[in-house]
Amino acid sequence: MTIRVELPQHLRTLAKISGEARVEVEGEVTPRTVLDALEAEYPMLCGTIREHGTGQRRAFLRFFAAEEDYSHLGMDVRLPETVARGVEPLLVVGAVAGGKI
Amino acid sequence: MSEVRLLVGIRKGAFVLTADGKRDDWKVEGPFFAGWECYHLKGSPVDPNRLYCSQSSGWSGQVMQRSDDGGKTWNPVGNKFFYDGVAGTHQWYDGTPHPWEFKRVWHLEPSLSDPDTVFAGVEDAAMFKSTDGGANWEEMSGLRKHATAAGWMPGAGGMCLHTILIDPSNHDRMYIAISAAGAFRTDDGGATWKPINKGLKSLHIPVADAEVGHCVHRLAIHPSKPETVFMQKHWDVMRTDNAGDQWTEVSGNLPTDFGFVIDVHAHEPETIYVVPIKSDGEHFPLDGKLQVFRSKTGGNEWEALTKGLPQENCFVNVLRDAMCVDQMEECGVYFGTTGGQVYGSADGGESWKAIVHALPAVLSVEVQTLA
Repeated sequence: MTIRVELPQHLRTLAKISGEARVEVEGEVTPRTVLDALEAEYPMLCGTIREHGTGQRRAFLRFFAAEEDYSHLGMDVRLPETVARGVEPLLVVGAVAGGKI
Repeated sequence: MSEVRLLVGIRKGAFVLTADGKRDDWKVEGPFFAGWECYHLKGSPVDPNRLYCSQSSGWSGQVMQRSDDGGKTWNPVGNKFFYDGVAGTHQWYDGTPHPWEFKRVWHLEPSLSDPDTVFAGVEDAAMFKSTDGGANWEEMSGLRKHATAAGWMPGAGGMCLHTILIDPSNHDRMYIAISAAGAFRTDDGGATWKPINKGLKSLHIPVADAEVGHCVHRLAIHPSKPETVFMQKHWDVMRTDNAGDQWTEVSGNLPTDFGFVIDVHAHEPETIYVVPIKSDGEHFPLDGKLQVFRSKTGGNEWEALTKGLPQENCFVNVLRDAMCVDQMEECGVYFGTTGGQVYGSADGGESWKAIVHALPAVLSVEVQTLA
C-alpha cells in the first residue's frame, strides 16, 4: 500500500523531499507503521518526528488525517481508510510558534 | 595567499563567509539549514574541509550535520544522544531533583589529531564523543557522574555545557564549562573530572565561593600557554596560571565586567578580548556603545576598541560562542551579535567593519585559517 505523507517544510528540506513523501506500508496503517516506513526510507528523519528512545510524538508536531486530529490517539490507532488507500495524506504539522522565535 | 572562512551559526540557519588574506572583500554563502537554529559549527584542525554543525529546532529536536568539502555540501549524521545508564537527577529551580533530559548540542569541539573524532557539549549538561565522524555518539559519563552533579542547577538559559578546550600539548587534558555549575578539568581524557572553581566569587549563590554553582560564560586559552586559562564569568573576568587550581580576578578598569565572550590573540598569549555587557538584567552594551575591550597585559589594564563599531543606539548582545580569532600574521578578530551583525577586524581589533549586518541573531562564530 502506498501511503502519502505531508511533512512540514523544514523536514522536507532535511530529507531532500519535494512535495509529499510516499512510502510503502504492509498490513495495518497506523502512525507507527507509517513512521517506521518513512524513517526506513529517509533515515535522517529519525528522532525528528518521534523521539529517540521513547518513540513518542515530539511535543510540537501534530498528526492530522481526514480532518481529524490523531495526535493523542496513540501510535497504534488505525488511520482512516482514505489515508490507507492513498486518497489523501497523513499530515505531520508543526505547532504554531506563537511568535516566540 | 591564505584565506579565512567564517562559520556562523544563527537563530535561523547558518552562513559561511570567506575572504582572502586581506579580509576586506567577503563572499557570503547561505542560509544553510534555513529555519533551524544552528548553535555551533566548527571545522577540524586536522582536515579543514571536515566541518560539523549542530542543527536543532523546538519542533524536531536535534540534527547533526557534517560537511567533507568545506561547507559546500552537508549530510546529516547521527543524532542519538543517550545518557549513559540511569540518567539520574540534578537540582531543579525549585530545589527538587529533576531528571537529566537531553535538549540540544551547544558546542562542538573537533579533536586536534583525528578528523573523525569530535566532542559535543550538550544541555542538560553532559559531554559526548564520536569517533566515527558523528555517526554515533557516546556519553563521557565520568563528568556527569561527578559527586557534585546531583546539585548542579540550570541557569536561566538552561543547564548547558558550552565550552570545551583541549590542551594542545596534552590531549588528555581538557577544560569544560557549564552554566551554572562552573568549570571542570580532566587530566585523563575524560574518565574523571575535577571542579576548578577556587577563587571564583558568585553573589547569586548562597556560598559565594562554593565548589560548584558558578555561572561561567566562557573559557579561552592560548595554545602556547595551556595552563593559563581566561574566563568570562557571569560577572567578573578571571584568569588562572595553574590550569584552574586557583583563579584571580582581572576585571581591572573594565566599565562593567559582565559579558559572555572572551578570546586570546593568536600570537600574543597575554592579549585578550572581551565585549562588556551592561548587566545580567540588561544584556546590551553600556550606554548604547558597542565596544570591544582589549588587554595586552593578560587582564587588569583594558583599552576600548571602537573604531568602526556603532557608538550610539546600539543595544545588541554578543553571545558566548560568538567571538573568535584567526591565525593570520596580523591577527583577525571576529564577533557576531544578536542584532545579526558579524564584525571583523583584520588588525587585532584596532578597526572594525561589519562583514554582514542583517542576519537573524548570531549564536556562534568560528574561523578557519586556510592555506
